[in-house]
Amino acid sequence: MADPLPFRRDDPTHQPPLHAPSYRSTQGRAPLLAPIRAPITVTEASAPRFDPAHYPTRLDLSRLEGRPALGERIIVAGRLTEEDGRPVANAMIEIWQANAAGRYDHPGDQHDAPLDPNFLGRGRLFTDGNGEYRFETIKPGAYPWGNHHNAWRPNHIHFGVHGAGSAQRLITQMYFPGDPLLALDPIFNTIPNAVARERLVSRFELDLTVPEYALGYRFDIVLRGRDATPFEDGHA
Amino acid sequence: MSTAHQTVGPYWHLLEYEGWDDLLREGGPNAGMEGEAVTLTGRITDGAGAPVTDAQIEIWQADPEGRYDGAFHGFGRARTDEAGRFRFRTVKPGPVPGRGNATQAPHIQLQIFARGLLRHLTTRAYFAGEALNHSDPLLALVPEERRGTLIAKPGAAGEWVLDIRLRGDGETVFLDI
Repeated sequence: MADPLPFRRDDPTHQPPLHAPSYRSTQGRAPLLAPIRAPITVTEASAPRFDPAHYPTRLDLSRLEGRPALGERIIVAGRLTEEDGRPVANAMIEIWQANAAGRYDHPGDQHDAPLDPNFLGRGRLFTDGNGEYRFETIKPGAYPWGNHHNAWRPNHIHFGVHGAGSAQRLITQMYFPGDPLLALDPIFNTIPNAVARERLVSRFELDLTVPEYALGYRFDIVLRGRDATPFEDGHA
Repeated sequence: MSTAHQTVGPYWHLLEYEGWDDLLREGGPNAGMEGEAVTLTGRITDGAGAPVTDAQIEIWQADPEGRYDGAFHGFGRARTDEAGRFRFRTVKPGPVPGRGNATQAPHIQLQIFARGLLRHLTTRAYFAGEALNHSDPLLALVPEERRGTLIAKPGAAGEWVLDIRLRGDGETVFLDI
């Protein structure tokens, strides 16, 4: 059996560091020692294949048993590719988010904003053959958090993606264009490179917008690609 | 360039589904599978030694014959509880191929997500007493004094225990893959 190709190394300026003093929770939790660079084996090159029979899809978060959630209905859609542009088909994407008032349906969230009985805030789907996905949901509200005085998280939707290799596992957050809180958010701003930050900001798209129904936002996601030069960096 | 990671945050439990920490659950993808059930458990603590009570742990593992592409669905997701403890019920994986002609000792990959982790952490649980641990290519890259952080120890019957220290004394070895 041929050795699996390694995945491309992430550019450190395009990823958040583990240590970020501005994001207070990192201080007790981020490891102090450097990780050990490990060769890519079948453990990292393979990943679970999820069967929708056991991982049921929920594409429409904007209603529950036919009852509409409160807030601004939106469409969030995009394409999942690897770095070389190849689409990732049949990948499981999960999302979770606050409701329109900025409150999660979660016992740990005690923000004084109303819960919506018709909004659970969780979704799951599988990308199609072209790596495309599409959710309908409600635009999440901003909410305060305890990081520093008067700290507010920008509107965001959490995304979790499983690729073809466990080394491609990605959890990120999608933001909204024009949000004044982005410039102030410690989590968003831990990413050093401005272009990489902007790629977490969805784009309003008229083509995704459904007349008389909902605005459309595009959020494309890129997973680490395979490295064509497998034996550099002592990977042999 | 790949999309940037962001923390899973404190509210990831919206994606927690009952039974996902039990790979052998009734009605689950491995229901009715043969094989000896084992429990992988441990506590996650932070730099102050306090329990990490809001983490998500995912595992990925081979089947008892060392295959990732067989009928066994080797994925699980668990939370840590108020003591920082996680628990998976699964089967013990077999040895899996390494690079070249190498063989890897039986292991389970763990990925740890939590508030305060801007990117998730990856590590492995090996099994104490496995002869193959001595020749495992990854363990060989780990300084001997830290190797124990990757090796689960037998607990009560059928239980394997691996505590995870995110930071500080006895810090777990995390992997850059």
